[in-house]
Amino acid sequence: MAGNTGPLSPRAKLAVTAGKAAAAVSRAAGRGSGSVIGGKVALKLDPDLLARLATHLDVVLVSATNGKTTTTRLIAEALRASGPVVSNALGANMPAGITSALAGGSDARYGVIEVDEKYLAMVARDVSPKAIALLNLSRDQLDRAAETRMLAEKWREGLTGTKAVIIANADDPLIVWAASSCSNVVWVAAGQEWKDDAWSCPACGGVMQRPGDDWFCGECGFRRPTPSWALSGDYVLDPHGSAWPIHLQLPGRANKANATTSAAVAATFGVPPQVALERMYQVQAVAGRYDVVNFMGRELRLLLAKNPAGWLETFSLIDGPPAPVLLSVNARGADGTDTSWLWDVDYPRLAGHPIFVIGDRRLDLAVRLEVAGLDFRVCDTVDEAVQAAPPGRIEVIANYTAFQDLRRRVGN
Amino acid sequence: MSQNSLRVVWVYPDLLSTYGDQGNVLVLERRARQRRLDVQRLDVRSDQQIPTSGDIYLIGGGEDRPQRLAAERLRRDGGLNRAVANGAIVFSVCAGYQILGHEFINDLGQREQGLGLLDVISTRGEGERCVGDVLGDIDPQLGLPPLTGFENHQGITHLGPTARPFARVRYGKGNGTGDGTEGAFNDTVFGTYMHGPVMARNPHIADLLLKLALDVNALPPVDDRWYEALRNERIAAATQSA
Repeated sequence: MAGNTGPLSPRAKLAVTAGKAAAAVSRAAGRGSGSVIGGKVALKLDPDLLARLATHLDVVLVSATNGKTTTTRLIAEALRASGPVVSNALGANMPAGITSALAGGSDARYGVIEVDEKYLAMVARDVSPKAIALLNLSRDQLDRAAETRMLAEKWREGLTGTKAVIIANADDPLIVWAASSCSNVVWVAAGQEWKDDAWSCPACGGVMQRPGDDWFCGECGFRRPTPSWALSGDYVLDPHGSAWPIHLQLPGRANKANATTSAAVAATFGVPPQVALERMYQVQAVAGRYDVVNFMGRELRLLLAKNPAGWLETFSLIDGPPAPVLLSVNARGADGTDTSWLWDVDYPRLAGHPIFVIGDRRLDLAVRLEVAGLDFRVCDTVDEAVQAAPPGRIEVIANYTAFQDLRRRVGN
Repeated sequence: MSQNSLRVVWVYPDLLSTYGDQGNVLVLERRARQRRLDVQRLDVRSDQQIPTSGDIYLIGGGEDRPQRLAAERLRRDGGLNRAVANGAIVFSVCAGYQILGHEFINDLGQREQGLGLLDVISTRGEGERCVGDVLGDIDPQLGLPPLTGFENHQGITHLGPTARPFARVRYGKGNGTGDGTEGAFNDTVFGTYMHGPVMARNPHIADLLLKLALDVNALPPVDDRWYEALRNERIAAATQSA
């Protein structure tokens, strides 16, 4: 079994130690898990540390707009069948957080790493991954992030010539474009409900035709590649045509898609789909997401949705009416300070649910729901909303910082 | 209104609907229906012909390449210009606003011809993007309350003699010309840099377009409680953050 303690130079070892000390100070000061600050200190002492920590690991990178934290977790569980895994399981997905996570796993054989979309090309250069999973790309925080198609273009340029196996979603034209410069791609038909960022061909700008599950550009030859893996209902179809049942505790179609991609990744490391999928059943909640908690004598299921594509997938997994739904939206730095995206979310799908609205930007959401013709109630706090909600498990859907606020209040 | 129903045309959502632009269509539709108007909404993709019989045309914001493609296809199509010649109302946002002018700078850094429906010329700023909350006063001729919105663009738009500034900003950048102007309009064509769903915070703009299309001076009131609450909050936020 490969470990990564041996090859570290004295400088790198010092950097790891200093980083761990900084993380401990940060934790003691009550500033979170300390993983990011530890990584920052370590990277400052040794800028090549990330590359060196990864040298003796088989690294898998996971990037996407949605589902990267969960998929990272599923792949990590699957690969544990074959050896110890180190992973940034809590979603600290920029170089500092990744460095910190790798520094904590000196006995690991595999590194399963979630990477922020903006840093994928850079991290892929630094850590020479064996595999890269690309799930989906859609509009997200446009007030501070790159335009979605430009991001796909940057991936395409950054991944040109990579030796990694790319495991990529054949149903997302932007992902197919991003992977199209790579020589070794395993295409997965993982689906993508959201289609509004890929009506225009990423290659030539032509109008995309989308009959059924297929897609192709009406003007150039760019089209959906033939997948070797597929999600089909509750089954993963492998390249040999065998169907493997998916049993997950995590809800929803999107997580079945994540499991399908994870099974394809695991297979590239020799873990058979059956073994991989069985292990994925262990995953219950990911960084508090999908967790069911008790609060004020009521059951709340906590769901994170950060952008229109994420909300769309979330609406498809919640209990039907009359299950009460509590929505919370903030627009702080980490969320993007612009709330325009609310108008791309298909809120009319919540018709029939009793709806409660909280969060910093509850008035933006109130106007959105009013225009959708829905009944709703605006509340000042989660306590007030829970008190007012009719019986039944409450489906709580929140964007990033709103989700963190909720977790703090309901104590999970 | 030329037929029994009000025809609202959403121009090229496949290219120009980057961030909540659908909001303007939804607000306009909703407020028309609340006035018991029969509304026909037509979403026209860029491989389809622009109908010339619409009453109100909405055109949204987009990324740089889609903006060029939209301008090319709209020039070739010619339908929007014919509709305006027939008296149609047009409301445009960001990239759409630039397309309606004489020219703008495209994704290749070249001057791209617009539709010439607004007497404006757009260039690209050198500095940082204009991003943030905006508060302004709409041209008194239009009789609307203050404009509140969010801007996210790098454009600079200069107005010619037959275009009037849509608003004067109190906070924010607007046209980026440094003279405090925001957007532009003439008798029937409007443009603004307030991106995405500007009508969610300014439902009176939707009402203005409806009044112009119906050729009436007033509309029955609707319940504006949530719009007003949001407006008050955003205007206070813009004032405080400045």
